[in-house]
Amino acid sequence: MSGLSPALAAVDPIAQGDHRAKQGAQLQPQQPDHRPQDHDHDGGQQGGGGQVDLAQRGTTGQGAGVSDYNFAYLDEQTKRMIRRALLKALAVPGYQVPFASREMPMPYGWGTGGVQVTAACLVPEDRLKVIDQGADDTTNAVSIRKFFQRTAGVAVTEHTEEATLIQTRHRIPEQPLQAGQILVYQVPIPEPLRFLEPRETETRKMHELEEYGLMHVKLYEDIARHGQIATAYAYPVRVEGRYVMDPSPIPKFDNPKLSGNPAIQLFGAGREQRIYALPPHSRVVSLDFDDHPFEPSKAAQDCDLCGAAHSYLDEVITDDAGGRMFVCSDTDFCAGRQAAGHLGRLGTAQISSKKFAKSFEGFCAEPEVPA
Amino acid sequence: MTLHSAFPAAPLLSVSGLTKRYGARIGCADVGFDLYPGEVLGIVGESGSGKSTLLACLAGHQVPDEGRILYDGRDLRALPETERRRLSRTDWAFVHQNPRDGLRMGVSAGGNVGERLMAVGARHYGQIRGKAADWLGRVEIAADRIDDRPSAFSGGMQQRLQIARNLVTGPRLVFMDEPTGGLDVSVQARLLDLLRGLVRDLGLSVIIVTHDLAVVRLLADRLMVMKSGRVVEQGLTDQVLDDPQHAYTQLLVSSVLQV
Repeated sequence: MSGLSPALAAVDPIAQGDHRAKQGAQLQPQQPDHRPQDHDHDGGQQGGGGQVDLAQRGTTGQGAGVSDYNFAYLDEQTKRMIRRALLKALAVPGYQVPFASREMPMPYGWGTGGVQVTAACLVPEDRLKVIDQGADDTTNAVSIRKFFQRTAGVAVTEHTEEATLIQTRHRIPEQPLQAGQILVYQVPIPEPLRFLEPRETETRKMHELEEYGLMHVKLYEDIARHGQIATAYAYPVRVEGRYVMDPSPIPKFDNPKLSGNPAIQLFGAGREQRIYALPPHSRVVSLDFDDHPFEPSKAAQDCDLCGAAHSYLDEVITDDAGGRMFVCSDTDFCAGRQAAGHLGRLGTAQISSKKFAKSFEGFCAEPEVPA
Repeated sequence: MTLHSAFPAAPLLSVSGLTKRYGARIGCADVGFDLYPGEVLGIVGESGSGKSTLLACLAGHQVPDEGRILYDGRDLRALPETERRRLSRTDWAFVHQNPRDGLRMGVSAGGNVGERLMAVGARHYGQIRGKAADWLGRVEIAADRIDDRPSAFSGGMQQRLQIARNLVTGPRLVFMDEPTGGLDVSVQARLLDLLRGLVRDLGLSVIIVTHDLAVVRLLADRLMVMKSGRVVEQGLTDQVLDDPQHAYTQLLVSSVLQV
């Protein structure tokens, strides 16, 4: 397979179009069998040098060079613009960098920001995982994964440890991320002070002057009203002692995973036209009071399918008589544990949603069923 | 408290030649005065005479076109914005005429009072709440209203809450823009009583803008009369009110209704 030569990797990643400098990447994704093994992406793509499998790319009858030029949906100028924003965001952790968000073929709120960041980061060697609320098999995750399969032809996976790039909505995978992986968050509202101070000019001034007292007023109100900090998701954090950041609507259970994470974490807000980022091993502190410290919270149960005690759980209503079960929201983590032989309270009686979905595989694809 | 600095003879706020124009019109022109620690300065004048513009310039809400403002020996116009905003959170207070401008209506009374404390770094919930409860007591708001929102308060209570919220960090200089406007007379009287007590107890320096001569008679040590953006007369309050020299001041004093 075509690994990046060290010389190429040292070249400015912006100028280098398709290529992301991958120094320190410990994961070398395997190329799937059907993909050409002799990709040549350095330099002269324009001459049609890349032996690109057009069927895989899903492009419409253009030459190979052109399809390379349009790798991963966005045009190169747009990707260049987004990469510049990403570099700036990585240089100033937690700072919201404005960018010229494009119209994407999906509505705002469905992850247009995350998709643009993913498109700007993808290289042909990448292996993509998309999760929505922890699950690989929900509508949003399936659509975005298919979108990049069609427009970039990259390999996809559901396994966290195999993925080089993970686009996520509302969760950080349970499996610890590693150096070389990129986690892209979909962000609906990047401004943590939005509902406290409606004026954007004023919130920018507050970020500039580090006037973050108002953020604590929100937490004060929580305690005064509910006896504890009731904010359960999008829990505000302070990055490297400087910027207060909205970690996107992840449960506060995931907040500790933001800090000291060896992976690159990128946040894209399409409608709000903002990108921000956490470089690897950033120090991220969840805001709290001295006498009401931050507590990551989860349901006080074990997973009913895999028995995991320390993963974030979804509550599933199972009947009309008050029956309920708690299952890992991270489907890959849960399935992996079950495959390894861990069983929860209902583990034998129930099968996971993923297995259930798998059981239909090939069922609809067959055009004609023998009578 | 460090209300009186080492040299009480030095003015806390020294203003000279302050001018603010709105295009061709003047907001206020060539205003100058000294305010000493613990002193209350009243500014009176009719609507449109430049009182509020002057106050906004002093408090940093508007940028004056000319003139010099020295606070505690430091030139405010040369001060970086970070410093100026820190001053306005700690050393200064601004009481708006309409309490809705000065309060966060969606935040409980305790949160309103605690905001300035948290803005200067208080991070202990129990202490913040204790201090908020203490200040609500000082402005005569019942302790059990601490978790109510200001929208559930009467106008007088909102104004008292605004005062508590402003004074909680122990400011040295308080700007008041018609603090009793819009309140009925009995509530006004109680609020004035409260203000007078707080000002005397804490030794605050106050600049109070009003068109109510009774308010300045009660609170102010010195008085400045403004007309068409300029100061037409200034002096000790009783002196100006009892022996007005300028024609406009005479008109102002004689316009007050006697019951």
